[in-house]
Amino acid sequence: MRNDEDLRPSPETLLRVAQAEEEKERAKLKIFLGYAPGVGKTYAMLEAAQLRVRDGRDVAAAYVESHGRSETDLLLEGLEQIAKKGIDYQGVSLPEMDIDAVLARHPQIALVDELAHTNAPGSRHEKRWQDVEELLAAGIDVYTTVNIQHFESLNDLVAQITGVTVRETVPDRLLDLAVEIRLVDIPPEDLLQRLKEGKVYLPKRAAMAADKFFKPGNLMALRELSLRRAASRVDDQMRAYMESRSIEGPWHVAEKLLVCISGSPFSEKLIRITRRLADEMKAPWHTVYIETPGVGKEVRENRERVWRDLRLAESLGAQVGTLTATQVAQALIDYAHKNNITKIVVGKPAKARWREFLRQPLVDQVIRISGSIDVYVVSIDPGGEKAKVTAAAPAPRKEVPWGGYLKAFLLVMTTSLVCEPARHYLAPTNLVMMYLLAVVLAATRLGRRPAILTAFLGVLAFDFFFVPPRFTFAVTDTEYFITFAALFIVGVVISTLVSRSRERAEAIREREQQTSSLYYLTRELSASTGLDGILSALLKNIEESLNAKVAVLLPEENRLKVLQESEELRLDIKEMAVADWAFRNGQPAGRGTDTLVSASLLHLPLQTTGDTFGVLAVRLQDEVEYHSPLSRRLLQAFVSQAAFAIERVRLVQQAEEAQLMHARETLERALLNSISHDLRTPLVSITGALGALRDQESILEEDTRRDLMDAAWEEAARLNRFVANLLDMTRLESGALKLKRNPADVEDVVGCALAPLEPQLAKRKLVVSIPPGLPLVAMDQILMTQVLVNLIDNALKYSPPEAPIEVSARVDDTVLTLEVADRGPGVPESDLGRVFEKFYRIPVPEGAGGTGLGLSICKGVVDAHGGAIRAQNREGGGLLVRVTIPLRSNDKGV
Amino acid sequence: MSPNKTDSSIPRLLLVDDEAAVLRFLKSILSNGEYTLYQAENGHAALAAAATVRPDLIMLDLGLPDLDGVEVIKRIREWSQVPIIVLSVREAEDEKVKAFDAGADDYLTKPFGARELFARIKVALKRSLQEAPEPVFCVGELTVDLVKRRVAVRGEEVHLSPTEYELLRLMVSHAGRVLTHSQILKRIWGVTYVEQQNVLRVNIRNLRQKIEADPSRPQYITTEPGVGYRLKSE
Repeated sequence: MRNDEDLRPSPETLLRVAQAEEEKERAKLKIFLGYAPGVGKTYAMLEAAQLRVRDGRDVAAAYVESHGRSETDLLLEGLEQIAKKGIDYQGVSLPEMDIDAVLARHPQIALVDELAHTNAPGSRHEKRWQDVEELLAAGIDVYTTVNIQHFESLNDLVAQITGVTVRETVPDRLLDLAVEIRLVDIPPEDLLQRLKEGKVYLPKRAAMAADKFFKPGNLMALRELSLRRAASRVDDQMRAYMESRSIEGPWHVAEKLLVCISGSPFSEKLIRITRRLADEMKAPWHTVYIETPGVGKEVRENRERVWRDLRLAESLGAQVGTLTATQVAQALIDYAHKNNITKIVVGKPAKARWREFLRQPLVDQVIRISGSIDVYVVSIDPGGEKAKVTAAAPAPRKEVPWGGYLKAFLLVMTTSLVCEPARHYLAPTNLVMMYLLAVVLAATRLGRRPAILTAFLGVLAFDFFFVPPRFTFAVTDTEYFITFAALFIVGVVISTLVSRSRERAEAIREREQQTSSLYYLTRELSASTGLDGILSALLKNIEESLNAKVAVLLPEENRLKVLQESEELRLDIKEMAVADWAFRNGQPAGRGTDTLVSASLLHLPLQTTGDTFGVLAVRLQDEVEYHSPLSRRLLQAFVSQAAFAIERVRLVQQAEEAQLMHARETLERALLNSISHDLRTPLVSITGALGALRDQESILEEDTRRDLMDAAWEEAARLNRFVANLLDMTRLESGALKLKRNPADVEDVVGCALAPLEPQLAKRKLVVSIPPGLPLVAMDQILMTQVLVNLIDNALKYSPPEAPIEVSARVDDTVLTLEVADRGPGVPESDLGRVFEKFYRIPVPEGAGGTGLGLSICKGVVDAHGGAIRAQNREGGGLLVRVTIPLRSNDKGV
Repeated sequence: MSPNKTDSSIPRLLLVDDEAAVLRFLKSILSNGEYTLYQAENGHAALAAAATVRPDLIMLDLGLPDLDGVEVIKRIREWSQVPIIVLSVREAEDEKVKAFDAGADDYLTKPFGARELFARIKVALKRSLQEAPEPVFCVGELTVDLVKRRVAVRGEEVHLSPTEYELLRLMVSHAGRVLTHSQILKRIWGVTYVEQQNVLRVNIRNLRQKIEADPSRPQYITTEPGVGYRLKSE
């Protein structure tokens, strides 16, 4: 019994619904699904399109083929058609959808006929459904048509029913992607009638198969298939609806399926069966390939096939993985436990009984250790498929180790020669040991087959040379047959074991190399702080570990630019375009992928979950490498490591920028506050005083009037000073202020600084000490005068009226030192460094009225002279500011 | 142009500025009966007025809407030696030098006080009214007898080198006005020395050592930073 709490939709359910709703916001795919050519899919699609046009939607036919049927042509009228693109292939121009034109036109709805179509070689994508995916990604709704037999998971079933293999397939996920599926259905009798009337268009090459295909039985089966598929889709939607409303129903427990493939010819079938099972159970499913080191050589031969199977599984919606293990069954079960798999699908092998006797079949092993996991054993009918499959498998590379066989022969001859003299001292059975030794030697050095040959030759040689009667193959003592058999069997077993362990070691070494190269890359990446370091580490490691040529492209001003590349690798315009596509779509492209396959390089986006940073273009050693899951996985690992490193650098950069921005904002706020404060405060006194004088002049005492006027006058002067400071600061910071260095008389500079301060200085004690005979010093006299004015002004402001102010100048060997000292309160030690910052004010009562700019202007000027300015507290109280300006070589004494 | 009074003994002042507020301020502090005021709002009007009114003093803003003030000075100087005081917000030294080199007599940076303005006007008018310099120049405790070529401070004779004397004499003949570095260099050392400012600085320093009580706070020869020097006239 559930309580109310439980009946609420779970968060995950709501999330799924939300995602589905969000998807609705995105571009919609509508599929017109039929069960055979001629049921009227294109017609139905065009009808729907006309309705949309009437609704005022922007519809364009991206690719519609009427095949000259008048009803269809009629419907096409009034629809905008985007011109097709002719692609030259072997001298023939094949009309294809011009995807760039469609993207540029960007209608609300694009009509794309024949979803399963294979594009002409040289097109951007191999398949039209990939074009459709790109249109959807660009936010264009797509109406498309397809027949049921083109769907990947039903492919073999249809072949079984009709006996016609359909080569053009579409991944099932497109069916899942579709927001709406319109089933276009007519009874098979009507279809056959239309066929007779010649109303069904068939491509020429399909015409021959048509008789075989258009049989009432076939059509009925196909119709049922499409109806079922569409119904299950409705079922899905119903289920989703019920779940989102917490309507209880017969929910499936969460199932998870796993299928293990071996690169055998039957793997493909296993995958399709599992997909159908998974579909029926609404369960996610995994496909794993378990690589056993012992069969390393065969793996290499099978690589292409394994890779194709894995791609197939992936396109059917499986999560795929590859593992390396010696014990296939154990590894499979481990994987299943780790991923909460509930059911494992394995094929029932059609092997001879005697082989089962030698080695327990995988099925039995799995069943024995599967525990709570269900095991589905699927029978595979090898008949008929065998021929096809062997044709499809790539011809294994035969490398005949003639040298090995020759060496095996020599080895046996040598052993016989060694045994010859030993024959007198050793029993024949011990001579056998010598031959065994030769077999072990051959197994470790020459490989399996030469070792077996060694065993065989050894038996013959032993028989010929040492078993009486000697120098014949005849045997008098039949007991020797046991010796022969034992020698041969032991030889074979040893050679198998040794060579297997050798191959295992090789596989491990290969793995180890890859792991370590990844490790080195990671280490180098974490050590490099800049983009350049990351890129060159990436380049170097890929070059070394895959023996490949690499280029890294990053965007600069919206265009990809090659930042680093291997020698001998130049990217032409075409490769750049492919790289650009990979970058914009965040998907691999070029050689070894499904997209833009005619490129000569493989282009991988440098991608993290959030962002695409650039593209890596690789030229691998040979064709096999492009498809090998191992190299691809290693490349992927490299690329994502590099992408993360780039992201890290970017984030650090952004953080720094943000910090800088924050600091600038704080400064700007301080500036604004300070400016408004410093501009307004004097204005208060000025307007106050002027107001009083204007309105109440007659009643004011003479003294009061005088005071008011003095106050207004002083404040106006202060305001003027502040504006001058602000202007100086702005000029300093904008770099508009250029130093005019001329030889200057230090005494004159001091005099010029004192002149404007005379009113304040009149009542103060000032001690100026300048030794006579100072040389002229190159400086900007006006700016340095300003520095002294500011320093002396500060000294006047911050020290008591009775305390003296000291100004001194001296020239040592290479430095002019100017000092201004007062007997004021000084500056807290901790703030000594900050007094030259903008808007720093010594914490004293308001009355002092500094602008907070004076000292920072001083610092700006002194810095521009290449000098230094420091503040220090004096012994006995007060502040000393010291300015040092380095002399220039041509400052001469006078 | 708005002549307030027409008495020929009263100095005629021409005010040139395009800012109404500044004109208003100048007129209000100067209309005390001592001067006859004329005004012009742009460069061409100023040139026309200078020719027709024949003012005794021109107060000129540099930032005029039609002609640059420096250009106005140059054109007036082509035919007239009337004193020109520049009133400007431009405080950069090279602007000042340009104005002085063009022939301006004085330069006041806005904002300025009325007292300062009166003092400058007085100095300029004095110079324009009595063209021939006094044979003996006295300011503070400094006496320069141009006839006897004698210089004395507090009654004690000071010995100057020939160059120093020439320098002082030049400044005396332009007392109260700013002489730019290049003007001084040209007159005393010749055109080829125009860039040799060190020579001038050293001589000024030596001169100050001899006539000033405290050379670091000079009373007679003041420095206009970046522009030149001025000998106090009163």
